[in-house]
Amino acid sequence: MIVADKNLELVTLTERQQKARRSRSIAIGVALAALVIIFYIATIVRFGHHAAGLMPTSLM
Amino acid sequence: MALADDRLMEDAGFRMSEATAGDFFALLKPRVMSLVVFTAFVGLVAAPVSINPLLAVIAILSIAIGAGASGALNMWYDADIDAVMTRTASRPVPAGRVSPGEALSFGLVLSALSVMTLGVLINWLSAALLAFTIFFYAVIYTMWLKRWTPQNIVIGGAAGAFPPVIGWAAVTGSVSLESLILFLIIFLWTPPHFWALALFKSDDYARAGIPMMPNVAGQASTRRQIFAYALVLAPIGVLPWALGYTSAAYGAVSAVLGAGFVWYAWKVLGMSDDDRSMKPAKALFGYSLLYLFAIFAAYLVDSVVGQVLMTGGA
Repeated sequence: MIVADKNLELVTLTERQQKARRSRSIAIGVALAALVIIFYIATIVRFGHHAAGLMPTSLM
Repeated sequence: MALADDRLMEDAGFRMSEATAGDFFALLKPRVMSLVVFTAFVGLVAAPVSINPLLAVIAILSIAIGAGASGALNMWYDADIDAVMTRTASRPVPAGRVSPGEALSFGLVLSALSVMTLGVLINWLSAALLAFTIFFYAVIYTMWLKRWTPQNIVIGGAAGAFPPVIGWAAVTGSVSLESLILFLIIFLWTPPHFWALALFKSDDYARAGIPMMPNVAGQASTRRQIFAYALVLAPIGVLPWALGYTSAAYGAVSAVLGAGFVWYAWKVLGMSDDDRSMKPAKALFGYSLLYLFAIFAAYLVDSVVGQVLMTGGA
């Protein structure tokens, strides 16, 4: 049985594992950025649509 | 050197992942996903009302991610049989690049994310249809039908047929007869497409213990059923024109494509039991891919041209 020890965190990643982790980190970063952009755009599109409907005709 | 090296971590049940982003992308079955994206796009464009182009992109992306998520769940569950089939042995889970737990988590998170995104940003009918499609593919087809009955691909084919209905629902908020005909075309196309593959990969399926039609009913029966489905599929492909949804141009193209499908299926029907090369089955498999792409492309072009003519190009 492994006893919890600070040393357990000192795992040395192989070069392959480091490259794989970097690749996953970049993909997660890109996916999160894409998600933010998607929700931002969708909010603008939807609110823009509603705002146009609420706008007084003199302003249109 | 650290005390807790890789060996120690593995003994303790940990494994430092070597899965790259590409391995996770492969879990989404990108080739299947491309077909889903295309057919969903056709459903979305063919709908009689329009949608903001940015929302359309988001809808297609959500449908694609949902389809990919169901692919990841399929690869998680089927890792044991994928490992013994030459066609699938190099997939990320059986090859050991992605652990089953990682594939399961990935599939579940993407399923939830895609359905919620579609629901919140587009509409809840399309989100519900996407959720049902994921459930149908991952649970009904993968976990139940695939290993149980030679009709697996007939019933399970419904999962692959839903994308144009979801695309249509994303725009209109409803399901119509026209979108159901697009569903029917893919639904009837699926059995002859996969049975053609199963004919020349029957050893693979037998080794994995999957009850595909050639392994259960025999090759002769499978060839007859392929031909029967081709005879039904060809007129269904022309149905959108017969019901007045498209122009005669689509009707002509779909009739020619359908006749080609029947011709290739006829060649398969005439195959002898000793035919080891299975050239007619391979030819039908290739043609069936072309057929589906071409008939949906024809539908897409016809819809776009029809909409442009109706609005006078404005």
